[in-house]
Amino acid sequence: MGKAWMFGENLNTDEIIPGRFNITIDPIELAKNIFFEIKPAYAINVKNGDIIGGGQNFGCGSSREHAPIAIKGSQAKCIIASSYARIFFRNAINIGLPIFECPEAVADIEEGNEVVVDISSGNINNITKGHTYQARALPDFFLKIVAAGGIVNFLKDHNIQELVA
Amino acid sequence: MGTLIEEIFSRKTGTTVHAGEILLLDVDTIMSHDNTTPLAIKAFHEIGKPIHSKNQIVLHFDHAYPAPNILAAENHKMIIDFVKKQDLPNFFRQGVCHQVMIEEGFITPGAIVIGADSHSNTYGALGAFGTGLGSTEIGVAWVTGKCWFKVPETIRIELTGKTRPGVFAKDVMLHIAGLMGMDGGIYRSIEFGGEYINNLPVHERIVFSNMSTEIGAKCGLIAADEITIEYLQNETRANGPLETFGPVNPHYERVVGIDVSSIGPLIACHPDVDHVKPVEQVEGLEINEVYIGTCTNARYEDIEIVANMLKGKKVNPYTRVIVTPASEQIHRKAIKSGLIEILMDAGCIVTGSGCGACIGRHGGILAAGERALTTMNRNFIGRMGSPLSEIYLASPATAAATALTGKITDPRKYVEFV
Repeated sequence: MGKAWMFGENLNTDEIIPGRFNITIDPIELAKNIFFEIKPAYAINVKNGDIIGGGQNFGCGSSREHAPIAIKGSQAKCIIASSYARIFFRNAINIGLPIFECPEAVADIEEGNEVVVDISSGNINNITKGHTYQARALPDFFLKIVAAGGIVNFLKDHNIQELVA
Repeated sequence: MGTLIEEIFSRKTGTTVHAGEILLLDVDTIMSHDNTTPLAIKAFHEIGKPIHSKNQIVLHFDHAYPAPNILAAENHKMIIDFVKKQDLPNFFRQGVCHQVMIEEGFITPGAIVIGADSHSNTYGALGAFGTGLGSTEIGVAWVTGKCWFKVPETIRIELTGKTRPGVFAKDVMLHIAGLMGMDGGIYRSIEFGGEYINNLPVHERIVFSNMSTEIGAKCGLIAADEITIEYLQNETRANGPLETFGPVNPHYERVVGIDVSSIGPLIACHPDVDHVKPVEQVEGLEINEVYIGTCTNARYEDIEIVANMLKGKKVNPYTRVIVTPASEQIHRKAIKSGLIEILMDAGCIVTGSGCGACIGRHGGILAAGERALTTMNRNFIGRMGSPLSEIYLASPATAAATALTGKITDPRKYVEFV
């Protein structure tokens, strides 16, 4: 169970982690400056297992992987958004950060709600409100990568052809 | 058969592919730069397998080069050590990666090019599939030579008519961004076509593909035609067979028709690229920095427009006017033709080629409360420096007019020069 941290539409990579902090690729270091301009309280108060919510086009902007790495480094369990910018979507999956599309959940969950997410099924339970929502489950292709802890780990033991097998 | 993206992918696989399929494709070229290569190297070392093909890897230094601080310097040193150790043949330090990729001949019609940079969509202007990926996937592609793609649905943007004086590709693209919004093309291939595009030179076509990223698109494609081939043969090192091809009996998710003759000079206002207004509505707003540069609008013709407008005049004494040619090739040409001297006489700062002030690392960082008007492609809060600064996006002509007055200025006031 974790607390929900909610963000708006078109959250861009500079808002997640401003470019000037991308001088390191260490997840913990990056997480110290996450949401620096828009929600500095997050970096101070986030707890292991918290979840991040956002609207349409979450993670738009740069291709920089620092943004999902910072989120993973902050110990957030997953992201729930209405939709994602395509590079952010790929980057998150590739580093093993589970992300779900669920506009109903995003519309209903409020900041601070206690939320439980089942990564394999995409079921989202809002304990505070007593509501449940069903996100589109991740395709097998992505679950293989997330289960391995990212595509790099996947390739250590597998051939890339196995992703589409 | 199909949309331009289906045609490109089908030619690559030798089968007929359709939107919605997931493909594991052999890629032709894999691009990364000083900002994104370190993470690709990290992924490469973690995977622990050899490089698939050295010739398909292309590395650039452009984002913070020469190094503005010790960390950037160490970053560059680490990458150079890697290039030497792996004996990589394609390593460039001569301008913005996307422009150099085109000049060096890596971009040809039908090529599959992935880049660790969101504006890799730029390559679509030459009928190639170009798309941005994260660094980890670039490291993966170094090892496998492959990348997975979901074949996207296509939105066709049909552009008709002729632009009026003082209106350029940038204004038309800003109109599209305002119309469609920042997520208007999300997950989609955007196909730009119609009589306006058919008659447009390549340096202006590039603006559309480059900024397709700003509306969330996976790629921004323009069918390769005679104009494409002539450009590739005359302006780049591209060789080998260069084919023209376009969509064949395409099925589009939707078609957006726009008459470009109805568009005036536009500006994307702080803080979103789709916050687009006619220039005249924001005229008079004080501007502290004018930046003419980047992969969007710093080609020879862009610099020529600015020089023609500034010739024999002086820029506003309280406004920094910075010109960063997209590549050394462009810079040299502008020196030989005298454009650079005109710009310097007018009071512009002309810098070496690269990404320059665009990403807020060096060469024109904004202070709190400052406002920039630039020819860039995005205006996120804090991108060029202080989070309390503002960025406005416009054409090189609007940038030049604004440089003269120090306030946002309609370029049509100088229409005899543009």
